[in-house]
Amino acid sequence: MEGFLATPVGILALTVAQAMALLVPLLIMVAYLTWAERKVLAAMQLRRGPNVVGPFGLLQPFADALKMLMKETIIPAGASRVLFILAPMITFMLAMLAWAVIPVNDGWAIADINVGILYLFAISSLGVYGIIIAGWASNSKYAFLGALRSAAQMVSYEVSMGFVIVTVLMCVGSLNLTDIVRAQADMWFIIPLFPMFVIMFISALAETNRAPFDLPEGESELVAGFFVEYSSMSFALFFLGEYANMILMSALITILFLGGWYPPLDVAPLNWIPGPMWFVFKICFCLFVFIWVRATFPRYRYDQLMRLGWKVFLPFSLAWLVITAAALKLFGWLPA
Amino acid sequence: MTVAAFYLFAAVLVASAVMVVTSRNPVHSVLFLILAFFNAAALFLIAGAEFLAMILVIVYVGAVAVLFLFVVMMLDVDFAKLREGFQRYAPIGGVVGAILFLELVLVFGTWTFATDAAGLRLNPTPEGVDNTRALGRILYTDHVFLFQLAGLILLVAMIGAIVLTLRGKPTSKRQDVARQIARAGSVNLRQPPLGAGLGQIGIERPPVEPPPEAKPKQVEHAGHGGGHH
Amino acid sequence: MAITLDRVARSFLLAELVSGMALTLRYFFKPKATLRYPYEKAPLSPRFKGEHALRRYPNGEERCIACKLCEAICPALAITIEAEPREDGSRRTTRYDIDMTKCIYCGMCEEACPVDAIVEGPNLEFATETREELIYNKERLLDNGDRWEAVLAKRLELDAPYR
Repeated sequence: MEGFLATPVGILALTVAQAMALLVPLLIMVAYLTWAERKVLAAMQLRRGPNVVGPFGLLQPFADALKMLMKETIIPAGASRVLFILAPMITFMLAMLAWAVIPVNDGWAIADINVGILYLFAISSLGVYGIIIAGWASNSKYAFLGALRSAAQMVSYEVSMGFVIVTVLMCVGSLNLTDIVRAQADMWFIIPLFPMFVIMFISALAETNRAPFDLPEGESELVAGFFVEYSSMSFALFFLGEYANMILMSALITILFLGGWYPPLDVAPLNWIPGPMWFVFKICFCLFVFIWVRATFPRYRYDQLMRLGWKVFLPFSLAWLVITAAALKLFGWLPA
Repeated sequence: MTVAAFYLFAAVLVASAVMVVTSRNPVHSVLFLILAFFNAAALFLIAGAEFLAMILVIVYVGAVAVLFLFVVMMLDVDFAKLREGFQRYAPIGGVVGAILFLELVLVFGTWTFATDAAGLRLNPTPEGVDNTRALGRILYTDHVFLFQLAGLILLVAMIGAIVLTLRGKPTSKRQDVARQIARAGSVNLRQPPLGAGLGQIGIERPPVEPPPEAKPKQVEHAGHGGGHH
Repeated sequence: MAITLDRVARSFLLAELVSGMALTLRYFFKPKATLRYPYEKAPLSPRFKGEHALRRYPNGEERCIACKLCEAICPALAITIEAEPREDGSRRTTRYDIDMTKCIYCGMCEEACPVDAIVEGPNLEFATETREELIYNKERLLDNGDRWEAVLAKRLELDAPYR
């Protein structure tokens, strides 16, 4: 066995197996996230949500998937065919690609690279391409307006997100995701950096085009935004990509602020639960808040969105970055 | 293995760079540019400069190229018109190109290396330091003042761009969010009795400032450039 | 000054956002308003206007005397009646059709009927797969009346004080 794993074929097989071990649960999680969203939203609106297909409606995601598969893929006349097909693939692929560096437990990352956080940031900043290409290739004004909104929005909120990440990195002294989590063994960064956590969370909402920042979809004004023209599985890929991105952002927040795989307190009943369970539990909590926010707040107007990004979050995160740096220097807390 | 990867990425890089120039649709050009950036990032990775690779992707692909794409998509380019003057300007372009090529030949012909250049190139980062840290040392420790100066120049450029493009129109209605939120208490909410008229409840709003005196409409001056949009 | 401080503190502590989130969280745990329809049903008023029925007297004689008042008043022209005297000399319908696809469930036929023969019952689950099935004839309507008689009588009794 050892000998086989050292051969190129063995390495390839091992990598594929690792990727499968990560992606299959992830895709199941995505499927059930759509179910959970409908359930939670329904509960907050005094409805019941899907409850017919299977017990508690648990088979609903599969019924939806089957319905999607049965539908016809429509490519509108005048659309740029290759790009039109490529766009949902890019969105979905990027949402999956980022998981290569996420450490689920100490040393449980497929690729534990030095610049893990930069890799994540790069991948999340690429997410805008799927959307902008979809909007342009659809040859539809609604799709195009949605894509433009999305591009401007994601680029704007990436800036404040970058500052949040830099603040965390200053407290860690490493770009490696495992090191970032290890630095939170004693205290999660949510406690000293709470304002940054709030900014990160709200920016994550804007990055994933979630309510109250779902202007690119804006069904009341843009029909469905950048994916108006999509149907069938190409639509499903966008849909899955959006939810996978939500999970990814939750994982990022978990790693940066919620102490990754560490239990809240290192005491008896809590530290019996294994690390990956804690990691998943924290992601689920973040996802619940994502949905909770959607149930609570009305959509922002576009100028309000830009104002929040550039005039509130950017100066605030920049100021907090300087304050953190000063505090670290003054009290000698700088990591080695 | 590494060599093969290098040639693969380099070949794709060159091919996509050629496509940037030759493709007919400007949007496709930008997309090929993005592909070129990716391959350049991959070359950096092969060279062991993972920080630079990621920064290239984040800054150029994630931000700059998005803005390019943004602008190019909104342009309505008339290709026939673009190609109209090609024949006429070809000689001038050729001359400029030839001069540039000649200069490059002169530069490379008289190129001399500094005596310690070879050593520096062979050992780019100190032992036991990853290249993120090495770059940080150079930028923020060794050359911090130059770095600050570069930042200042960029800041000036940014402020200049804003000053040149920002036109505060007197008629534009701006939302003052803080004032809106702070308004609490200025409007009374009251449960009026059924069938009660205004006279019985009294007027519920505080007195409103009288609107400013209507000014005579300004005459458009001849020197007033730009015009209204 | 204190008010300004209060405002600044409120906006930086996101007081309004938090109170909004608290509200939705409270609703999350409230009992749900949805009825699981085929299994649970909302109560119906005795005046509910559902599927039509032709009633009979307790001795089994049909009530309808073919006065055609319902046919005359029907705003949707959904009712068709043909009548001729029976062997015993009483006037009865030979044909009583209601086109349920035309019917607007206004209840005018019920109001017009002098003998409480045509009534609209409580049944609202009579969807069919073809239009033809929705053209009711006399047989079908009388059958409905027999099936729902107990409920129909009760409804008329409950509504009587208000007529």
